[in-house]
Amino acid sequence: MGVSFVKVYKDNCNRLFLDNMVKENLVKDVVKEPYKYGFITDIETEKIAKGLNEDIIRLISQKKEEPKYLLDFRLKAFKKWQKMEEPDWAGLGYKKIDYQDIIYYSAPKQKEKISSLDEVDPKLLETFDKLGIPLTEQKKLTNVAVDAVFDSVSIATTFREELAGHGVIFCSISEAVKTHSDLIEKYLGTVVPASDNYFAALNSAVFSDGSFVYIPKGVKCPMDLSSYFRINSGDSGQFERTLIIAEESSSVSYLEGCTAPMFDTNTLHAAVVELIALDDASIKYSTVQNWYAGDEEGVGGIFNFVTKRGKCLGKRSKISWSQVETGSAITWKYPSCLLLGEESVGEFYSVALTNNLQQADTGTKMIHIGPKTKSTIVSKGISAGNSINSYRGLVKMGTKATGSRNYSQCDSMLIGDQASANTFPYIKSQQPNSDIEHEASTCRISEDQLFYLQSRGIEFEEAISMMVSGFCRDVFNQLPMEFAAEADKLLSLKLEGSVG
Amino acid sequence: MQSKMKESYPILEVDNLFASTDNLPILKGVSLTVYPGEIHAIMGRNGCGKSTLSKIIAGHPSYNITNGEIKFSGENINSLEPEERAQSGIFLGFQYPIEIPGVSNLEFLRVSTNARRKFLNKEELDTFDFEELVKEKLELVKMDQAFLSRSVNQGFSGGEKKRNEILQMALLEPKIAILDETDSGLDIDALRIVASGIKKISNAQTGIILITHYQRLLDEIEPNYVHVMADGQIIKTGGSDLAVELEKKGYEWTDNFLQQT
Repeated sequence: MGVSFVKVYKDNCNRLFLDNMVKENLVKDVVKEPYKYGFITDIETEKIAKGLNEDIIRLISQKKEEPKYLLDFRLKAFKKWQKMEEPDWAGLGYKKIDYQDIIYYSAPKQKEKISSLDEVDPKLLETFDKLGIPLTEQKKLTNVAVDAVFDSVSIATTFREELAGHGVIFCSISEAVKTHSDLIEKYLGTVVPASDNYFAALNSAVFSDGSFVYIPKGVKCPMDLSSYFRINSGDSGQFERTLIIAEESSSVSYLEGCTAPMFDTNTLHAAVVELIALDDASIKYSTVQNWYAGDEEGVGGIFNFVTKRGKCLGKRSKISWSQVETGSAITWKYPSCLLLGEESVGEFYSVALTNNLQQADTGTKMIHIGPKTKSTIVSKGISAGNSINSYRGLVKMGTKATGSRNYSQCDSMLIGDQASANTFPYIKSQQPNSDIEHEASTCRISEDQLFYLQSRGIEFEEAISMMVSGFCRDVFNQLPMEFAAEADKLLSLKLEGSVG
Repeated sequence: MQSKMKESYPILEVDNLFASTDNLPILKGVSLTVYPGEIHAIMGRNGCGKSTLSKIIAGHPSYNITNGEIKFSGENINSLEPEERAQSGIFLGFQYPIEIPGVSNLEFLRVSTNARRKFLNKEELDTFDFEELVKEKLELVKMDQAFLSRSVNQGFSGGEKKRNEILQMALLEPKIAILDETDSGLDIDALRIVASGIKKISNAQTGIILITHYQRLLDEIEPNYVHVMADGQIIKTGGSDLAVELEKKGYEWTDNFLQQT
């Protein structure tokens, strides 16, 4: 027994070791490679007319054969949105968006009802193949179920039967509206209300597709779930909506990846993600965001204005966000946790890498409402080129949050002398019997460090990526292993020439 | 002994080297030739240019060569990048090894070793083969395996940092190793470990330059030549007895020498 224990221990160590190797390769690839997902799929699409008004919203709802409550939800959101002003408090610099110049629904033309993957347009399957996300039965990823979203619609979801056997529901949100309408009606908009903010209201009015996950009571989801979002057309926005519900004592790990072709215009991506964790449930949500970032002069790229929020409703529930943000011209997102349940836990682990003229304003909100709640924030921002990388976060202790704790660590790394990094931590405490800890640091890759690595035969670019990777280690350790290889493929951004 | 060595070609030739940083001249005509199997010691006061010489040979970007040349295996390397010099077999042991947070020592050593192996057309090592190799080399400097999982030099004591340098030398198997004050900050036991490591690594094909203030390292590793540097020049060259003489007379002697000339 002793021997086998040692063997298992050793195997685990080796595996952990390999895991870290894979993860360390993430940033190495980011640093070295140009954007390789910039291709466009030539496919016939069904697009509706540009512009936004009640009729457009009715048309979207009608195309998706939605029940009345959902149309009402959309119309109500639209009315609110019309009264709202586009926020500018983040001080991000971008050309004003013309909301009437966007197509709000774009779908590849295919048969009305698809009963199996064989009926999916081969061009679509090929597209996802090229992105490293094969969907067909023979080639699909073995340990991950994937929901593939192309522009406004979900193309395919793998492993559905296997998951259904465990009672897990994993499908597009459009389908869930039809098959699990009760759950949608009960939970949609309960974490991110339509009136939450300008972009959440817009999304609520026009959301097209996205993923839906339901994990029943007591079930540990047998495999990781993943959504892959692909924007293909240049003039349509992507407004997906994701809803994940984890019932009592259940758990799930979920990852989303995103890419888009290279257009010289800006495309708006305004998603909403809602997570709900009941008693003793746990949700781990990981993002590898690699939308097209625009070129070196800052032309083109995605505006990534996203609202992500999780509600720890139950006692001892846990929601953990981990994100690797490398793409988009502008990223504006704050995956947050509402910690209601007693002893619930919120986590946020983030790496944001910006280069050239990219702007990232990202962070989290940890709202401690219930007693003995706990949150951890680890944010690593890396700015190169002329980019601006800001951490913006709020930690709030409510009046009932006795014995609650927060720990925040925000580190910035500057590469070159033109990039900037900011940290805006907001702390509000209404509960004296709670602890809030905040640590922050800024560093620059020093010439001495570079010379040391170079004097050991390590190439300049490799030396930088090793240091960047080392800087991000705390966060990479949080990425689910099953996705490390996938994330490896998704990540690619060039820091080349950004130093010295 | 000397005539036998000179039958081979020099590994390193520094010829009338002038160098400056921020327009401040630091080296003022240094010449030095190292043949395979030779051990050279360079001694001198702080600020005499010893460390600068070692950094320039390794390719530090902060210094400009204003005159003269450095030849390695017969080739002028003045314009080579530091990593190219390292890959081809020049090793600099740092006086103050640099800390690199987050980068694991093991990964650093592996990438570095593979860069050198690639240059030598040897097969690059995967993590498991590399672990075998590194364990063997750890013995030489009596380092614990625990050092491998820590970040490069971070939180290492002065002695541990220096041993880590010698470990790197053992892995890279350089043709010439320039060890900049490897003995400073070491207690007598650590000094012996480091010295015996250096001796085991070097062989008849390796050249070694020891930069030091003190005789005690040279008691452990006897040099063939001792050079005394002052004000950016080598002012005197002799055998190992010169170090003993210098220890007795102190560096004031070099000041006097400079005043005379």
